[in-house]
Amino acid sequence: MFPEYDVIVVGAGHAGCEAAAAAANMGSKVLLITMNMQTIAQMSCNPAMGGVAKGQIVREVDALGGQSGIVSDRTMIQFRMLNRSKGPAMWSPRCQSDRMLFAQEWRQILEDTPNVDFWQDTVKEIIVKDNRAAGVKTSLSIEIKSKSVVLTNGTFLNGLIHIGEKNFGGGRTGEKAATGITEQLKELGFEYGRMKTGTPPRVDGRSLDYTKMEEQPGDEEAGGFSYKETKRLTKQRSCWITYTNEDVHGVLRTGFDKSPMFSGRIKGLGPRYCPSVEDKINRFADKDRHQIFVEPEGWNTVEVYVNGFSTSLPEDVQYNALRKIPGFENVRMFRPGYAIEYDFFPPTQLKLTLETQLIDNLFFAGQINGTTGYEEAACQGLIAGINAHRKVNEEEAFILKRSEAYIGVLIDDLINKGTEEPYRMFTSRAEYRTLLRQDNADIRLTEKGYNIGLADEERLTNVREKVAQTDELIQELMQVKVQPEDVNPKLEELGTSSIREKTSLYQLLKRPQLDMTQVKSLQPQFANWVSRFKKDAVEQAEIHVKYDSYIEKERLMVEKMSRMEDLLIIDNFNYDNVAALSFEGREKLKRARPHTIGQASRISGVSPSDISVLMIYLGR
Amino acid sequence: MNQPTVFQQEAICALATPSGVGAIAVIRVSGQGAIDIVNTIFKGKDLTQAESHTVHFGTIRDGSTLVDDVLVTVFRTPRSFTREDAIEISCHGSDYIIRQIIKLLVKQGARVARPGEFTQRAFLNGQFDLVQAEAVADLIAADSEASHRTALNQLRGGFSKKLASLREELIHFASLVELELDFGEEDVEFAQRDDLRNLIQSLQKTIAPLIESFDYGNAIKDGVPVAIIGSPNVGKSTLLNALLNEEKAIVTSIAGTTRDVIEDTMVLNGLKFRFIDTAGIRETQDLVESMGIERSRKAMEKADIVLLLFDSPETFADIQVLAESLPVDKRVLWVQNKVDVSELRLMDDALPISAQSHLGLEELKDTLVAQVQKQAASDTVVTNLRHYEHLVKTQNALEDVLNGLDMGITGDFLAQDIRLALHHLGEITGTIVNDDLLANIFSKFCIGK
Repeated sequence: MFPEYDVIVVGAGHAGCEAAAAAANMGSKVLLITMNMQTIAQMSCNPAMGGVAKGQIVREVDALGGQSGIVSDRTMIQFRMLNRSKGPAMWSPRCQSDRMLFAQEWRQILEDTPNVDFWQDTVKEIIVKDNRAAGVKTSLSIEIKSKSVVLTNGTFLNGLIHIGEKNFGGGRTGEKAATGITEQLKELGFEYGRMKTGTPPRVDGRSLDYTKMEEQPGDEEAGGFSYKETKRLTKQRSCWITYTNEDVHGVLRTGFDKSPMFSGRIKGLGPRYCPSVEDKINRFADKDRHQIFVEPEGWNTVEVYVNGFSTSLPEDVQYNALRKIPGFENVRMFRPGYAIEYDFFPPTQLKLTLETQLIDNLFFAGQINGTTGYEEAACQGLIAGINAHRKVNEEEAFILKRSEAYIGVLIDDLINKGTEEPYRMFTSRAEYRTLLRQDNADIRLTEKGYNIGLADEERLTNVREKVAQTDELIQELMQVKVQPEDVNPKLEELGTSSIREKTSLYQLLKRPQLDMTQVKSLQPQFANWVSRFKKDAVEQAEIHVKYDSYIEKERLMVEKMSRMEDLLIIDNFNYDNVAALSFEGREKLKRARPHTIGQASRISGVSPSDISVLMIYLGR
Repeated sequence: MNQPTVFQQEAICALATPSGVGAIAVIRVSGQGAIDIVNTIFKGKDLTQAESHTVHFGTIRDGSTLVDDVLVTVFRTPRSFTREDAIEISCHGSDYIIRQIIKLLVKQGARVARPGEFTQRAFLNGQFDLVQAEAVADLIAADSEASHRTALNQLRGGFSKKLASLREELIHFASLVELELDFGEEDVEFAQRDDLRNLIQSLQKTIAPLIESFDYGNAIKDGVPVAIIGSPNVGKSTLLNALLNEEKAIVTSIAGTTRDVIEDTMVLNGLKFRFIDTAGIRETQDLVESMGIERSRKAMEKADIVLLLFDSPETFADIQVLAESLPVDKRVLWVQNKVDVSELRLMDDALPISAQSHLGLEELKDTLVAQVQKQAASDTVVTNLRHYEHLVKTQNALEDVLNGLDMGITGDFLAQDIRLALHHLGEITGTIVNDDLLANIFSKFCIGK
C-alpha cells in the first residue's frame, strides 16, 4: 500500500508541516502522518504569529525557503511591527491570524507540494533497524518503511488535560492523546520528562463591551513576514486591552483549593514567562492588576481569545472571574482554559541537526524537545526536515551558527544547555542581537537556503538585488555632500546642529536626530535618485549608516569567537584520554558531546582551562 | 613543506620567564600589531623597520618616565614561537618593572595572555604536532591550576564581595533594560534612564578605587615613604647604602618634590620604597651637630614607615625621646645596628643588624615588605593584572553606556555595552551572563501573557 519513503513526518503542527514541506521541496518523498487531517497546522494556543524574537525567527524560516511566513502573510487579520521606538534589532513583526484560514492555507500549500503524501493514523512505534530509524508502525497495525523519521508530537505524547479537579487524556481539548512512542523511546534508552503548558478560555465576542477597553489597532501600513511578494492588508481587525482587578483576583482565589497546579496534581514544569493567571496573582500578590489582550480569532468568527488569562481553575471559577473584568460583565464562554501536561525528551540527547544521538536518522522537532511557541516549533521542523533529507542523501549536516540566526541560538541552547521549562526565544538569549535582525534575515540566510535547494531562484535574485542596491545607496550617501549655506536653516528646523563645512549625507544620516526621510529633504536631487530603489534596500542602507559602530563592534566579537566555533571535535572523541580536564568538565563534555570547541565553551561546568586543554588536544 | 596559513589573533603579552626574583625577565608579546605596540613604548631603533630575528637595545618609557633599560628581540611571522608577529622584551627581573611594562603594553592594546595561550596559538598555527602538544597540555594544566589558586587568593575577602555585589547590581540594571526590550509589549515597569545613569555612575565610583588599588597594591606607584632616623654615627648612611647596593634591588635617584631634596628609591617584591631626605642623611656624616631635631621631625612627618636606628644605650635613649612624639598611626621599625660589634641587646622587638657586614638585611627587607602588605590587606586591593585589565574594560564599557545615555540611544544598544561590562566582570568571576539575566527577570517581574 505504501512505497518506502525518504522521510516520514509524525505530526502536522508547525514543526511537522515545515519539516514535510522542506524535505519534499528539496526532493525527498515524504509521508505526513497526522491523527486528524482536519487539524493540520492547528494554532493550539493564541491566534498570532511573530512577536519579539519570534518574528525574527519567522523571517529566518522564510529566508531559508520555509512556508510559515507566507502562510502568516496570507492569513493575517492584523499586523504590527513591535518595538519600533527601539533600535532595528528590536523591531519585531507580529500578526494576528485568522485561526481557521491559517490551518486551511497550510494544508493547501502541503497539498500543492508534489512530494508530500498524507496518512491519517496514530504512530505507535518507530521501526528501528541496526540502530537506525527505518519507518513506523501505526495504530492500524500498518508498517510503513522510510529512510528517516521526524517526530513532531507536540503536546500529544501522554497528554493529560487539567481543568480544576478534572483531568483526562488528550493532546488538545477534544483530541486524543498519543501513547506508545514514549514507552518505546524509554526502552531504547532515551531520557524523558514532563512539561506543562496552558491556554486561556475562548469567549463570545458578541457578549463583550468593547467601550470599556482600550483599542489596539494594527499598524497604519501593514507589513509582512515573507521576503517574497505577498499581499498586504488594507483593512485590519483590532485587538483590545483590559485589566484584571482585585475582584477578579478574589474570585480566582476561591478556586485555589481545586487548582491542579497548587494541589500538586500537575507534576510538569510550566514556563515562567507564560504563567497562568492564578500563578501571576499568587507569585506577584502586590500587583493589583494584570493586562488582558482580547484577540479576535478571525475575520468571520465571533470567537475571541482572552490572552493573559491562561488558567486551569474549575470552569465555573473561570467564568465568574471573567465576569469581573471590565467589558466582560455579560461574557459567554465558548471553551474553558486548561492546562496540559505532556512528555518531552531533554534536547541534550540531540545533535545540532536535531537528529538523536542514540538512533540514526531519527529526528525530533518542536515541543517534544521542550520548546514552546509556533515559531520555535516551525524553525526546528524546518531544520529537521532539511537534515533528514540531507542525511538520507548522504549530504553534509546543515547547521546555523549562533552568529547567523536565532534558529542557531535556539538549537545550540537546546543541545548544550537543555531546558528545564518550556523554552521560548528571547532577544536576550542571542549574544549577537544587533546582527540578527528581522530586516536582514534574507541577507543572512537566503543564499544558504538556495545552496541546499530549498530557497528558490526568485528569493536569491531578490536578496542579491537588495544587497547591491544597499551598497550603491551607501556609496552615494558618502559621495553626496551638502554646503552649510544650503542646509543649515533646514537643519536647525529639524532640531539638529548646523554644519560648518561641506558635509556628506552619510555623516548627517548618522545623527540621531535625522532619519532617511529628513536627509532626503536636504537634497532634492538625492531624494529623486533614491526613489528608484526598493524600500527595503533604502531601509537597509539607513540601518547600516546609523548603527554602523554597533554592528561593527558585534561583528568583531563574532570574529573573535569564530575561531572557537570553527574548531571541530570529532564525534567519538574520548574525553577520558585527556588527563588535564577537570572532573566536572569531563563529565559534562562526555554527556553533551559538543560539536565544536565554541559549543563546548557554552556548556555549564566546562571551565576556560578545560577549553584550553581541549584546544591543545584537538587543533584544526 | 606545506605550512598552514598563519592566523594572527589579537596581541597578547605575558611574562615568559618564571615569576619570582631573577636577574633578567623576558616578557613575550605576540599577535596582530605586537611589533607596533612595543614600538610605541620603546625608545631606540624603530622596531617597525626591524628585520626578523634582530636584537635591539633601548629603553621602555611611560611617557617621559624611564621604566627600564631593555633588549628587545623582533620575530616576524611566521618565524616565531607562535608563528605570529612577536617580540620578546628582556628587562631587569623586578616584579615592579615587569608589571609596569605589562601595564604599558595593555594600555597600548595588548591583552594579558591566559594560561597556556602562547602554546595554544603556536599549536593552532601548526607549530606543534599532536604528540608534542599532548606533552605541553600537561604543562598547561599545571599552569592553570596555579592561576586558579592565584585567582582564589584574589577572590578572598573584599575583592570578591565587592565584585559580586557590583555584578548583581549590573545584572539588575541589565535585566531592567532587557525586560523593556523583550517584554516591551506587556504591562511592565520600564527602566528609568535617570536611575540607570545614577547606577552606572555609582558603579564607576566603586570600580575606580579598585582600579587605583592595583597601582597601590602592586607597585605603590609613588613609593612608600620611609624615614631612617637616628643619632649621628649610628650608621644611617651605611644602612641606606647597604640596602640600595644590594644587587637585586633596583635603585634610581630621582629629584624629589623640592629641588634640593634627593630621594633614593628601592624596589622590593614589586613594592617601591622611597627614602626621605637621603641627602640629609648623607650630609650629616661630616656635620655632626647640624643634623637637627627639626630635620628628623620633618622626615618622620612625611614617612609612612619610620625606621628608628640605634647602636648603643645612649643613642637608644635619644631615639626614644623622638619616638614618643610620633603619631600612633605611623608604623615604626626599631633597628639595632652594629650587632656584630656589641653583644648587648637593648630592646627585644628591635631587629638586630649590621649594615657594615650586611647582617640581618634580608630580615629587615622582609619586615618592610610585610609592613606594606599588612596595610594593603586591610582594604580591597586588586593585585592580579588580568583582573585589573578586565576592570579597566568594564569601566570603559560603563563609560560607553553613559555616553549612550547622553546621546539618548535605545535600550538594545545600551544593552550591548552593559553586556560587554558584564562579560568583563564575568571573565574575573567566571560566570555566564545571558542565563542570569533571564533568571533575574523571571524571578523579579510578572511577565507573560
